[in-house]
Amino acid sequence: MAANTAFRTCPDTGLKVHLPAQALIKANAVAAVVFLLVGGVLGLLVALTRSELDFLPALPAESFYAVLTAHGMDVLLFWIVFFEMAVLYFASAILLNCRLAAPWLAWVGFVLMLVGAIMANVAVIQGESSVMFTSYVPMKAAPHFYLALILFAVGALIGVGVFFATLVIAREERTYEGSVPLVTFGAVTAAIIAVFTLASGAIILIPTFLWSLGYIAHIDSMTYKLVWWAMGHSSQQINVSAHVAVWYAIAAIVLGAKPLSEKVSRSAFLLYILFLQLASAHHLLVEPGVSSEWKIFNTSYAIYLAVLGSLIHGMSVPGAIEAAQRGKGYTRGVFEWLTKAPWGNPAFSGMALSLVMFGFLGGISGVVMGTEQINLIMHNTLYVPGHFHGTVVAGTTLAFMAITYLVVPLIFQREILFPKMAQWQPYVFGLGVAGISLFMMGAGTLGVARRHWDSNFSDATLTFEYPAAAFLMLGLNGLFAIMAAVGGAMYVVVVVGSILFGKRREGAGEPAQQPAEPPAGAAVGSYGNAGTLHLPGTYVLVGVFFVAFVLYYFVNWKYLSEVWPLS
Amino acid sequence: MAIAPPERRLWWKEPLDKAEIIWITIAFLWGVVMFLAMIYWHIVGEQNLSNEAYRIDPEVFAAKAEEMTEKYTVREEGDTGIPVVHPPPGSDVYLISRLWEWWPILELEKDQSYRLHLSSMDWQHGFSLQPTNINVQVHPNYDLVMTIKPNEAGTFSVVCNEFCGIGHHTMVGRIYVTER
Repeated sequence: MAANTAFRTCPDTGLKVHLPAQALIKANAVAAVVFLLVGGVLGLLVALTRSELDFLPALPAESFYAVLTAHGMDVLLFWIVFFEMAVLYFASAILLNCRLAAPWLAWVGFVLMLVGAIMANVAVIQGESSVMFTSYVPMKAAPHFYLALILFAVGALIGVGVFFATLVIAREERTYEGSVPLVTFGAVTAAIIAVFTLASGAIILIPTFLWSLGYIAHIDSMTYKLVWWAMGHSSQQINVSAHVAVWYAIAAIVLGAKPLSEKVSRSAFLLYILFLQLASAHHLLVEPGVSSEWKIFNTSYAIYLAVLGSLIHGMSVPGAIEAAQRGKGYTRGVFEWLTKAPWGNPAFSGMALSLVMFGFLGGISGVVMGTEQINLIMHNTLYVPGHFHGTVVAGTTLAFMAITYLVVPLIFQREILFPKMAQWQPYVFGLGVAGISLFMMGAGTLGVARRHWDSNFSDATLTFEYPAAAFLMLGLNGLFAIMAAVGGAMYVVVVVGSILFGKRREGAGEPAQQPAEPPAGAAVGSYGNAGTLHLPGTYVLVGVFFVAFVLYYFVNWKYLSEVWPLS
Repeated sequence: MAIAPPERRLWWKEPLDKAEIIWITIAFLWGVVMFLAMIYWHIVGEQNLSNEAYRIDPEVFAAKAEEMTEKYTVREEGDTGIPVVHPPPGSDVYLISRLWEWWPILELEKDQSYRLHLSSMDWQHGFSLQPTNINVQVHPNYDLVMTIKPNEAGTFSVVCNEFCGIGHHTMVGRIYVTER
């Protein structure tokens, strides 16, 4: 296994890079970007159709539902999970200076994922599987639709196994000292949740596959939903863990930021592992057959303990950045550290926008919508996609885009082509996504249904009209979707262009911005708050966030109290 | 740095900064408040989804809805042929959801309570009462029973907001609420 021991030394960080791991990171990242491109175009078509603006093109009904199904799978599943595989291999083999366990097995997993992803798209294009991403029974898709998802899940599970095996090797071969880095710890969190998630997917998709073939007579619709969402929602928690790890990684690489407290940050990740899996309940709050006691306990992750994890990261990530900046001498006033941050570096700006929007748009709306009774005024309205475009697109996707600007120079060893375009990309995409998220939530608050082709109900026997404000929201959503698509296209152009035509980087050089002092395996820094205990800027930011959270939470109770009494 | 192992091997014995302790405490207490809010609303709030549900065969549910319709139909809606049913306050009211209609049209009285039964004849549907904006999931084989009390008179629509195939966007029902 000569290839298994081939390493190069990274000129920027001093890390030993295992070449087979590097090849796998490249392959997974490229596959991810391809599915982002496909899924993004489909998403734009959905938003244009829903805009109800006459001057924008619209899909016919049948294609609309097929395109919406494929959009969900391509971006929510394929783009994100392929990228997460790259993150796992990076956080294990590269950060731990270690060889990747059984690269051939990782390739098997990759091929399975790729076959599954392509097969799922083919099934949808064939037209018999327009069942939406959730494929709720008793609506039935073609058998190979379910099979495709099973193959993809098995492939991903293999990748997760390789990740764990690499951790074991790193420990045995003593390639690092003490505990694993925080970023790796975050990746471990993501991987543990992934095992739970993918197992849940198998538990429900395998019987559903057999049912679609006729071997099983009946699948209970509530059971399906309960178990399916143990995959569907928990897999979003893989994203949360992964993109929080990415936030820490970018802050460390770009600014040399250190966690304020390893103990606090790691405990916050631990809370994810312990409580995030209860989130299946978020999708069952207005369903028959589950009791209020069950709903309240599960929807709140016990007593909001997983939310607590995110709130902790919400302070410790900006806090680490502020501490690092103050350490560099940006100490004037409350916010000099922020105004003098490297806003021209797309890795940093993308990470910062991701952090803010995940909290304000995705996080707050998620907790509000996940409140047992408030869900009554939001379930299955456009508020739901408004929320998760705040988490998964503004949060996860933007964070993954941001770290790509570091991955291209460090792993692909190419310089970023079109640096000006790269500089603007996070802002264009971020603003577009903020609009998508806000205006869908706005339309949802006014009652507009999600997954619906015709907000005018022109073919319905009984007529109904949404309020005029709802159409304003839908139109704005369409326009901001165009902006987000432009931002997405800029990303693809920069990344693909750089990989194919970027100047090769050999020997010494810099990533997009001045790198931090090389950690070189054994070398480590002290804690962020050791020298700078006082972080006034972070306290102000966290305070603003908290006030917004509390106000918005109670406003929605007020909305709820005005609808018809139910009991 | 977050991409390197922690400097002090016994990182779990590091003392916490005061600011962090304060924030963690506030965040935890806020979680407790939000948790208790849901319980509180069950005690004093007026909008709580009932926990009453039964397993039921679609045919049985349809028979009950038809029986109610036969008894209390007051007119037909325009030239659509859909019956408008005015059941007595306090009674059991059945609303069928199926591809792609809500049946029948209900006429209720303001400030009166009704036991509304929801079930699907085929796939899942979404009961989305507009413009008041109440949204409840409807499953086949489950009879969800909730007590509703319209608090305003007018014409309300029931939009399906769970995707149910190619006719999904045409699935609109109606509920009239009359002054007493």
